[in-house]
Amino acid sequence: MRDYSLREYLGMDEVVGPIFFIRNIHNVGYNELVEIVDEEGKARMGITLEVGKGFAVVQVLGGTSGISLKNCKVRFREEPLMIGACEEVLGRVFDGLGNPLDGMPKPVYEELIDVNGMAINPTSRDYPKNIIETGLSAIDVMNTLVRGQKLPIFSGSGLPHDLIATQICRQARVKNESFCVIFAAMGVKYDTARFFIKSFEESGVLERVAIFLSLADSPSIERLQTPRLALACAEFLAFKKNMHVLVIMTDMSNYCEALRELSTVRGEIPARKGYPGYLYSDLASLYERAGMIKGINGSITQLPILTMPNDDITHPIPDLTGYITEGQIVLEREMYARGIYPPIAGLPSLSRLMKDNIGEGLTRSDHPALASQLFACYAHVKDIRALASIIGEEELTPLDHLYLKFGDEFEKKFLSQGYHERRTLEEGLDLGWEIISLLPESELVRIKDQELKKYYKKRNESKPGRD
Amino acid sequence: MLKVAGKIYRVVGPVVEVEEVSFLRMLDMVEVGEQHLVGEVVRLKETHAFVQVYEDTTSLKAGDFVYTQGYPLYVELGPGLLGNIYDGIQRPLEVIRDKEGYFINRGVHIAALDREKKWHFVPLKKEGDKINPGEAIGQVQESSLIRHKILMPSSWGGKLKWVAAEGDYSLDQRIALLENGQQDREVFMYQRWPVRKVRPYKERLSIIEPLITGQRVIDTLFPVGKGGCVAVPGGFGTGKTVIQHQLAKWSDAEVVIFVGCGERGNEMTDVLLNFPKIIDPRTQRPLTERTIFIANTSNMPVAAREASIYTGITMAEYYRDMGYNVALMADSTSRWAEALRELSGRLEEMPLEEGFPAYLPSRLAEFYERAGRVKTFNAENGSITIIASISPPGGDFSEPVTAHTKRFIRCFWALDRDLANARHYPSISWIDSYSEYIDDIKEWWHKNIDAEWLSLRYTIMELLQKEQRLLQVVKLVGADVLPQTQRLVLEVCQVFKNTFLQQVAFDKIDTYSSARKQFLMLKAIICFYHKSEELVKKGINAAELKEIPIYQEIMRMKLTYSENDLDKLAKLPRKISEALEELDF
Repeated sequence: MRDYSLREYLGMDEVVGPIFFIRNIHNVGYNELVEIVDEEGKARMGITLEVGKGFAVVQVLGGTSGISLKNCKVRFREEPLMIGACEEVLGRVFDGLGNPLDGMPKPVYEELIDVNGMAINPTSRDYPKNIIETGLSAIDVMNTLVRGQKLPIFSGSGLPHDLIATQICRQARVKNESFCVIFAAMGVKYDTARFFIKSFEESGVLERVAIFLSLADSPSIERLQTPRLALACAEFLAFKKNMHVLVIMTDMSNYCEALRELSTVRGEIPARKGYPGYLYSDLASLYERAGMIKGINGSITQLPILTMPNDDITHPIPDLTGYITEGQIVLEREMYARGIYPPIAGLPSLSRLMKDNIGEGLTRSDHPALASQLFACYAHVKDIRALASIIGEEELTPLDHLYLKFGDEFEKKFLSQGYHERRTLEEGLDLGWEIISLLPESELVRIKDQELKKYYKKRNESKPGRD
Repeated sequence: MLKVAGKIYRVVGPVVEVEEVSFLRMLDMVEVGEQHLVGEVVRLKETHAFVQVYEDTTSLKAGDFVYTQGYPLYVELGPGLLGNIYDGIQRPLEVIRDKEGYFINRGVHIAALDREKKWHFVPLKKEGDKINPGEAIGQVQESSLIRHKILMPSSWGGKLKWVAAEGDYSLDQRIALLENGQQDREVFMYQRWPVRKVRPYKERLSIIEPLITGQRVIDTLFPVGKGGCVAVPGGFGTGKTVIQHQLAKWSDAEVVIFVGCGERGNEMTDVLLNFPKIIDPRTQRPLTERTIFIANTSNMPVAAREASIYTGITMAEYYRDMGYNVALMADSTSRWAEALRELSGRLEEMPLEEGFPAYLPSRLAEFYERAGRVKTFNAENGSITIIASISPPGGDFSEPVTAHTKRFIRCFWALDRDLANARHYPSISWIDSYSEYIDDIKEWWHKNIDAEWLSLRYTIMELLQKEQRLLQVVKLVGADVLPQTQRLVLEVCQVFKNTFLQQVAFDKIDTYSSARKQFLMLKAIICFYHKSEELVKKGINAAELKEIPIYQEIMRMKLTYSENDLDKLAKLPRKISEALEELDF
């Protein structure tokens, strides 16, 4: 047992929602751990939000129900929230504060680490490299995921983000190395958590997964710590044990809401839509924990999932997330309604790290130009569809019709694939060429001549006349 | 001398309230707690002082001591800045890494400039000379590109009692003595300067020369002058950072200061790993020899983010004072404004729109006014160009930071979401962007490149405006109903957008276009327009022009003609005329 300072105070002065104020205390540090024992002897954890001369403000992680002002014991532990990290967390299920939920004892830890972590020195970071083949062409060809990247899925309620996340977990490979997965659920329903666990089981990866569950019925304030615990474990596995870790965090919107709740209770000045002004910095303190370090083999790749409130991408949560993460995978309701799975929107999705990790010697020499050309042509398809809905398809030029055909095939053949279908990058690229070859060569201005010669599939049909 | 200045009364995130304060002044630098975390006094009230702390405040307690040296927050200026990478308060990150490991620990105190390294000092003044404040006393070859002038601190002047002979000195060795009453002043090769104080200059000059960036849409359509200010607003994914990187790589400034303010760690890593590999096309030396990096990524403490902009601009002023053209890239000023907002909130100040403090516009104005072209105390001309990216929430340009910034800048590169979605990069909108520097710098183009520049630029801008209107019509009724001359406008603009405006940053040839190449490309396209206009008037279908081989050649000219083939490119307009005249029937 560690030697905790056992100064204990009896009673507190005010309880508001998840936080309480306590006076006549001394020597309490900011952002440190607090233990609260209520009248019935039930213990819970808290963290100091503000400390001053003789007073402190504490957020209670286990919820404040049952706490009375008079008979509560408060103990200040003089250390930040820690987690005992070890390799044995893999294959286990924990609650949002790191207590086992699977009936087994707490794993014996190798190292106690501060869940808040520390900023990685930008000069010791290594630039993410080695693409992760997810087996989904919409990602591999168009928005390549790279080891060490943070790539969120922007979704909406009712969209299949969970399916996509599990499919990626199951299929993801980097040069035939596999990942271990850390799964943090914040404020999701039991069914969702169950779905993830079941699909981990089915694909036989459960013993490589550590699960942290802070479900919808847990106190919301607990959610603020869950991703930090998960990331602290991930850092330990990646940077101390040289593992490749994929961190899935769902649902970030619930996390942000818990942050807003806490901020409001504290009476802070809100910025946009009631979210605190430090939402950006707070999100960054989570997302920026992805990455690689020079000289260490391990890596942390993050796949946060967030549901955009009302499908609004300009809402502060997706907006600020997009400013921090290295791209985003956006799901589109309209495509899903048409039966396209995965409904990964062609245009707003983006992977920023793609450019440095594809092409000659990395994937295939034609990859960058092909991806760019597919984007451009698909963007044009959207324009033509908009036009067709006004003037009618009959009025379109023959070239426009070709574009429409290209658009349909692109969505139905290229973007669509089965939940259990794993398409390699090579296959994806070939399929891309097959579809883009519907368009005449002169339209493909972003592709260099030699690549056109090599890959463009000439159709036997005679060249359509223009106008 | 470190003195105890008070005791901690309260800790709220990065803001610490200190009690029992008697002698602290506004903006004094303090060290907080037993770990000596660096902070700055931002408010005084009776015996209390409010301090913003530049490091994580976890575990600070009420009653901990606060110390001060009695200085404001300063940066060290001297040889050794170039090629270095600092955090927001000028701590050398590479040295920290070597000493402390992969993560940034708290309470690290390391001198910004290497004290061991010897520099070869060449005096420019001798014993008995009179020297004015800010004048150069000697020089040091800092890198193969930059001759670093050792400047007198700006309040010191008088008669030199002694000047060191030419030779190798470290920064701790004095290089001169200045007569000053009873006790002579020792002059070193470095000086300290408070970051929030503007460095003085002799006089302000007007802007006459463009900053050539090698990016066609910028140099030709929306140029910025050396000494100007540009804002680059854009939602996420519109390519702000790539533009900043491109400018840091290719712009013809002599010194580049790159401030990564609250942005992604991996982006900074990208810059740090790539810049040493890139050879400057003009000087054939690695880019790091002219660049200083300031990295305060989004997960590093928020108060240091606020300071990083000032640290950067103070270094820029220092090199400007040596007579260099300096470019400062700030990515992104929104994060800086948000840091202001966060600290203001913690200080419980009255918020205005979107929670930003009332002093946001005045802080922005102060910052942008530090750009400019000046005459230095050494009678040389130097300039600072600020290129500041803005990350408006939701891509909405009416939000406070963008709206206020627009009042203090004269050049605006608006990044467009639709262009970025179509992977049209750089996604600078030709409709919403503007530059007020055109009149200032047109003489330069006319003298150095071609006297036709301005008129060609107007021609293409007019066509683009026309296209914008025509596209509205096309959206409603389709392109078929337009008369052929108008369809030609659409075709030509399409060519212009695809060949000229789009520029691939990752292509070896396309990543940089010299001013001459830009002009020649523009000329070829305008020539194509005029010639085809004649044909169309004679009854040729505008769409048929696409079938002519020369059309393909125009479409691919940016890649086929490298900087060495410009003489061939110069002949292209003629080739176009001939090819089109052949069609004439």
